[in-house]
Amino acid sequence: MRKQLDRWLGPLAFVLVALDVWLGLWITPPDQVQGEYVRLVYVHPAVAWVALYVAFGMAGLCSVLYLWPRTRSLAFDYAAAAAVEVGVVFTILTCITGAIWGRPTWGVWWTWDARLTSTALLAVMFLGYLALRRVPAEPHVRARRCAVMALIAAVDVPIVHFSVNWWNTLHQGATVLNANLSPTIHGSMAWTLLLSFIAFTLLFVWMVIARYRLEVLRHSGERKDLDRALSERRAEGAEA
Amino acid sequence: MFRDAALVAGRDLRIELRSRVVLWQVLPFSVLALLLFAFAFGPSQARLVQSAPGLFWLALLFSTVLFAQRSRALEGSPATREAARLLGLDPAGVFLGKTVALFLELVVLEVLLVVGLLLLFHVVVVSWLVLIAACLLAALGLASASVLYGALSGEARIRSTLLPVLLLPILAPVLIAGVRSFQAAIKDGAGLSGRWLGVLAVFSLVYTGLGIALYGPLEEN
Repeated sequence: MRKQLDRWLGPLAFVLVALDVWLGLWITPPDQVQGEYVRLVYVHPAVAWVALYVAFGMAGLCSVLYLWPRTRSLAFDYAAAAAVEVGVVFTILTCITGAIWGRPTWGVWWTWDARLTSTALLAVMFLGYLALRRVPAEPHVRARRCAVMALIAAVDVPIVHFSVNWWNTLHQGATVLNANLSPTIHGSMAWTLLLSFIAFTLLFVWMVIARYRLEVLRHSGERKDLDRALSERRAEGAEA
Repeated sequence: MFRDAALVAGRDLRIELRSRVVLWQVLPFSVLALLLFAFAFGPSQARLVQSAPGLFWLALLFSTVLFAQRSRALEGSPATREAARLLGLDPAGVFLGKTVALFLELVVLEVLLVVGLLLLFHVVVVSWLVLIAACLLAALGLASASVLYGALSGEARIRSTLLPVLLLPILAPVLIAGVRSFQAAIKDGAGLSGRWLGVLAVFSLVYTGLGIALYGPLEEN
């Protein structure tokens, strides 16, 4: 099962992303108001969904599970680290795709809008999380610090989500996850949008699994190095 | 918890009074920051008055990082933490004590910065009540967040570079709300200040609560 998942998940994600690009660029019609610029809607919201809700949601959940004494395991710490690392990449992609859309539509690459500013802050906070992970410490000490940091940073996620409702923003409100849960997009555009969410979520899952395994290997490598160094010192002591 | 907090606050303040690191290093840095901002903006009085709220809070935030480093340095050695454990000090009390000490130091800094703005930038404060409320609420929020992030940031050799990266982004709400409150205080009428003072109060309460709950687990080895 695990081998089959390894074999199929990555290619499936890439095929779905390619299908999304094809549908978004050639099959779906241009928008009545935005014209061709609407095609970024098949990338930007899906990437933002993965970054804000899936990645940082997973990081928050894994951090809670690590801090909870009954479920405390370094596996949750590694999973949170993997989710944050991939999530930061997706957050940066969110800002880049948003800027590409913003330049022709708003006339600027960047504006100090509540949604944009809170997203940028979120990215910086999780970059801080990644910096904290690189501080040398005993694995459980590092895991505890990082879990607390992830939970504090995750508080910004609802602020980002509701920023378009709480403040007067240039950024439009939610198209799908709006207050009435009534999507304001229909037909082939809606299906392509849905496909983009599935494709980028699968891509994220594939990347997180790979990153998680790398983290496990790195830590087991560190432990082996430590054991080897200890046995060498002991051998030196015995010779002396 | 409160007895432990009083002990720790007294110890931190006594150390600062005796070592005078804050007096001779951190406070001069804050005044220097104000002067450098003034050099950068030029001598135009109108421009200086207009930018004074932002400069005040930026100088305060950058100085807070130094205060946080200093506060953590007092607690940072494993021997100090071990001694606190052996004495049976409640971690929540230690957190509160350090927060109170830092709060008082930040209030002194705020007084100095306000005096600097009045003398050097010729700022005229209309609503002192708004300004004092904003400064006190912000000092509490900055102190509690600094103590919590000091505990998060680990060993001394890494802390000097890591702490600003961790601390400054989460202080953004204090910067925004503080600037708006200050603007209301130097303009006629409090206008926006109620909502922004609320932001400062919520920030302070949230970080004090988080610190009380999480400081103990963070200090475990």
